[in-house]
Amino acid sequence: MAKVTFIEHDGLEQVVDIPTGWTLMQGAVQSGVAGIEGECGGSCACATCHCYVDEAVVDTLPPPSETEEEMLGCTASERRSNSRLSCQIRVSDALDGIVVRLPEAQS
Amino acid sequence: MIIVGAGQGGLQVAESLRAEGYDGPITLIGEEASAPYHRPPLSKAILAGTMEEAQLAIRGAEFFERQRIALLTGTRVAAIDRSARQVSLEDGRRLDYRGLALATGARVRRLPITGDGLDGVLGLRSLDDARRIRAALDRAARVVVIGGGYIGLEVAAAARKRGLEVTILEAAERLLARSATPFLAGFYADLHRGQGVTVELGAKVVGLDGQGGRVTAVRTADGRSHPADLVVVGVGIVPDTALAEGCGLACDGGVLVDDCGRTDDPAIVAVGDCTARRTGTGTLLRLESVQNAVEQGKSAAAALLGRERPFTAAPWFWSDQYDVKLQIVGLSADHDRMVLRGSLEDRRFSAFHFREGALVAIDSVNRPADHMVGRKLLDRKAALTPDQAADETFPLASLTR
Ligand SMILES: Cc1cc2nc3c(=O)[nH]c(=O)nc-3n(C[C@H](O)[C@H](O)[C@H](O)COP(=O)(O)OP(=O)(O)OC[C@H]3O[C@@H](n4cnc5c(N)ncnc54)[C@H](O)[C@@H]3O)c2cc1C
Ligand code: FES
Repeated sequence: MAKVTFIEHDGLEQVVDIPTGWTLMQGAVQSGVAGIEGECGGSCACATCHCYVDEAVVDTLPPPSETEEEMLGCTASERRSNSRLSCQIRVSDALDGIVVRLPEAQS
Repeated sequence: MIIVGAGQGGLQVAESLRAEGYDGPITLIGEEASAPYHRPPLSKAILAGTMEEAQLAIRGAEFFERQRIALLTGTRVAAIDRSARQVSLEDGRRLDYRGLALATGARVRRLPITGDGLDGVLGLRSLDDARRIRAALDRAARVVVIGGGYIGLEVAAAARKRGLEVTILEAAERLLARSATPFLAGFYADLHRGQGVTVELGAKVVGLDGQGGRVTAVRTADGRSHPADLVVVGVGIVPDTALAEGCGLACDGGVLVDDCGRTDDPAIVAVGDCTARRTGTGTLLRLESVQNAVEQGKSAAAALLGRERPFTAAPWFWSDQYDVKLQIVGLSADHDRMVLRGSLEDRRFSAFHFREGALVAIDSVNRPADHMVGRKLLDRKAALTPDQAADETFPLASLTR
C-alpha cells in the first residue's frame, strides 16, 4: 500500500491509498481523480492517463517500455522529462508518499 | 434520471450528467452483482492471471457516494412504461424517470447446434463468464475456440500462453471476417500458427459431443472430430434490445440512435453495444468498443439535458494478443487501396487504408505512435497521400499541426 498525492492541473489535491501491485492509474481512477481518464483500462493504448511524476522519483522507476515511450510522444498535453503513463507504473512500498501532477488535458 | 445497464456506457452517462452540471437524482441499475468494470481485460490479463478482479472496477464505492449516483447492482429492469415514464424492476418496484438511458449491452450469441448446453462449453461476456473460463483453463489440456473474432483470438492466445493445446475453428474462409481486412486476418492467422495454435478456416461446426454431461469433442461439417475438454464459443454478440422493443422503440439490429444517442422518444437515449447508429451520411453503424460506449455516453448525457454534442470522432479499437498490440482507427470496410508503413517481418507496421484517395482507416501493429497521430489525421480529415503514408521518412505529425 502506498499513499499517493495527485495534484490536478488547477491545484486540487487528492491523497489516495493504492494497494501494492495496482497501477497509479487504477488507484486514481477508482477514487475518481478527475485529471486521469484511463479509457483503455490500462492497456497502454489510449494515452489518457498521462502524468508527471516527482522528478526525484521518476529516475528510480523502471523505464518506459518501447510502447509507452511511443505513446508518450503523442500525449494531449506537453511531454516533459518526468512524463509517464500512470497505467504503466506499479505501486510498491517504495512509492509511498510520492506526488504526481496531472496535465491540463488528456485528450 | 435513470440509467439501465451498469457497464462502461451506463456509467459514462451517469458521470457525464454530473459533468454537464445536472444536479438531480441519478440511478444506475445493473443486473450483474459487480459495480461497473472494464471488460477488455477479461479475455486478456484476467485469463492470463496477471490481474486481480478488484483492479477491474472502473470506479470505487466512494466515487458513487461523492457523485451521488445511486448504484443498484443485482437488479434487473423488467419493462419500461413510456406513457407513465416509469421503469419496473423485476421485484415489482416501479421508478419514475424524467430522462432514461438504455445501456444494456449485448449477450453472447449461442450456437444453434446440439451439445451447446454441455459442461465445459462457455461464452465470454461477463466477469462471471471469465471466472468460469479461468477455472476451466486451470484443468484443461485441450481447448477448442469456436469463432475467429477478437474475443476468440484473445482467448486462444491466453490459453496458448498457458501451454495448452489450442485449436481455432472458424466457419469463414478467414479470421476476423466481420471486423478486419483480409490482410490483417492473414497476419493473425500466421501469428497464431507461429505460436503453435491450430487454425482451421472454413471449419463449420455441426455438433458437440459429450460424456457424462461434459464436452469431449467438437464435430465439423467435413466429418472431423476435434477433441476438447474446454470449448469457448466466440461467435459474436446479440445487442440486448429486449427492453427497447418491449416499449416500442425502433430497433434494427440494435436500438436505433442518432449521433447524439437519441432514440425516437425524446425522453430516452441509448448507448454502447445495444445500439445501432444512423450516421449523418445515412448508413447504419454498429460498433462494439469501449470508445463507442464512452463517446456515446457523453453525447447521450448531453442530449438528456437538451444539448447537442454529437459523437463524430473516428472510431478506434485495440486488441492485445501475445506480444502484439493492435490499434485500429477508422473504418476500412470500403477501402480501395492499402499501403504499409514499417516492417511486417518485425511485426511493427501500420496498414493505411484509402478510399478514392482519402484516408479512411489505419491498422497499427506495435506502432502506437502511428495510431495516435492517425486519430488526429482522421478527425481533421488531413490530406495524407498513400505515398506519404508509405514513406517512413515523411513525418505524419506535420499534417496535424
Ligand atoms: C471479453 C471482452 C473483451 C473486450 N475487449 C475489448 C478491447 O480490447 N477493446 C475495446 O475497445 N472493446 C473491447 N470489448 C468491448 C467493450 O468491452 C464493449 O464494447 C463495452 O463494454 C460496451 O459497453 P456497454 O455499456 O454498451 O455494455 P456492457 O459493458 O456490456 O454493459 C451492459 C450491462 O447492462 C446490463 N443489463 C442488460 N440488461 C439489463 C436489464 N434489463 N436490467 C439491468 N441491467 C441490464 C448487463 O448485465 C451489463 O452489465 C471487449 C468486450 C469483451 C466482452
Ligand atoms: S489507461 Fe490507456 S494508456 Fe494508460
